[in-house]
Amino acid sequence: MIPFTYERATDANDAAKAASQPGARFIAGGTNLLDLMKLEIEKPAHLVDITRLPLREVEITNGAVRIGSQVPNSELAAHPLIRERYPVLSRALLAGASGQLRNKASTGGNLLQRTRCYYFYDTSKACNKREPGSGCAALQGFNRIHAILGASDSCIAVHPSDMAVALTALEASIETVLPDGSTRTLPIGELYRLPGDTPHIETNLRPGELITAVVLPAPPAGNQTYRKVRDRASYAFALVSVAAIVRVEAGRVRDARIALGGVAHKPWRALDAENALRGKPASMESFVNAAQAALAPAKSHGGNDFKIPLAQRVLTRTLADVAGTEAAA
Amino acid sequence: MTDESPWSVDRRTVLKTGVAVGVMANLPAMTNAAPPASKIAQPVNMTVTLRINNQSHALTLDTRTSLLDALREQLGMTGTKKGCDHGQCGACTVLVNGRRINSCLTLAVMHDGDEITTIEGLGTPEHLHPLQSAFIEHDGFQCGYCTAGQICSAVGMLKEAADGWPSHVSANLSAARVQLTDAEVSERMSGNICRCAAYPNIVAAIQSVRGVDA
Repeated sequence: MIPFTYERATDANDAAKAASQPGARFIAGGTNLLDLMKLEIEKPAHLVDITRLPLREVEITNGAVRIGSQVPNSELAAHPLIRERYPVLSRALLAGASGQLRNKASTGGNLLQRTRCYYFYDTSKACNKREPGSGCAALQGFNRIHAILGASDSCIAVHPSDMAVALTALEASIETVLPDGSTRTLPIGELYRLPGDTPHIETNLRPGELITAVVLPAPPAGNQTYRKVRDRASYAFALVSVAAIVRVEAGRVRDARIALGGVAHKPWRALDAENALRGKPASMESFVNAAQAALAPAKSHGGNDFKIPLAQRVLTRTLADVAGTEAAA
Repeated sequence: MTDESPWSVDRRTVLKTGVAVGVMANLPAMTNAAPPASKIAQPVNMTVTLRINNQSHALTLDTRTSLLDALREQLGMTGTKKGCDHGQCGACTVLVNGRRINSCLTLAVMHDGDEITTIEGLGTPEHLHPLQSAFIEHDGFQCGYCTAGQICSAVGMLKEAADGWPSHVSANLSAARVQLTDAEVSERMSGNICRCAAYPNIVAAIQSVRGVDA
């Protein structure tokens, strides 16, 4: 690990100012940043500890729920408001990491965690995300876990968060404070970027911009669910995951929100599937068609060919479950 | 020079010479790669007070020191084990303010004033913690390397369950009380790897103290 100086922030605006200096980074739970610092993939010269900022409340105002960015993943998953009104979020959080990591990982840090692409982690291999311009070893490498949607010739890494997939389906927004003291709110769909030819720039946050809260609008009508498929039963990243909120009335799908995890550089909102589903009978045929629409633009790279049919089947089955429809055998 | 025997070369001199030759051989590459000495970041020390098992310890530490390394290397409290050092195995689990965390993935300087509990703070050889007795009774280990982490994790896990926290395998998210089935214990303990695969006995040990004041 490279030596660094350390300060503990007591004010969000001061923290943003301190972190806007070259080489400075925020640290919250540290469960991803320290892992990467040990491998010298992340090499901050200065750490701004934001864990003691007063950002640990979950509060409800005018039907919306505001989650402080320092709320640990475990407390958020267990919070009565989240369990009752946003079960897709509780389920997604509980599907991620381990009990120990959820106790440490923060809401803001979970959003900003980096990919677990093996080649990003292996400093002897080419990676445009770690070393811009060096190439992508995953394209011709062992790419079983890699992206099938929205990838580029520069990067086929996936975003590892489960929480962010649920937040995408819930149309959450992100509140921030900037180094000049101003604040702004970004829809979660505008937080993340696709890799394009700059995969090292992962979000639209500016230098020193600090996430202070995640805001959930009132939950949409309908049933919510989160399904995760992975290589072992617990404590593994998703191969494919689905967050779905589906409202069925008189046998027809009135509305649907669908987001996929483990398939793209960011949590993937499946708008094509939502449009294919809206107004259709709540039947297996409709769910199959929606899943095909979601995966129509998918492209695989050899090792991850299986992810396209896997995602279609997991999405189909998840829609049937959340719509309360008996699945065909 | 003439007084010295050409054979009076000790082992240390040979090693030094060998190193010098090695450096010489690598010199062209190093001049390209190594930054000037003034640009190499120097270690930064800070003073922190850690509250461990109800005792305060004032320590001066390199900022890079993990809580795990502070416990083991600075304080000699080697009950907490280093397995992977990357948050994947759980051998380093300790309790901070009553909640279990991986001590390898957190900096000691971030824990000024926090209440830290390690395996040394749970029981003594004369007065074992109920979970320690249960692990012995149920043969919940083989090599024992993961055991301190398993026991600290189990203490934290039982508190989470008592607080009504649901898990990935909980059928009903809204249930006020957690039914700690074997499936629940396995899921909640999945952050602790046992390469001897003593899992069935670990689950049995934890189940045996459920309801006992752990």
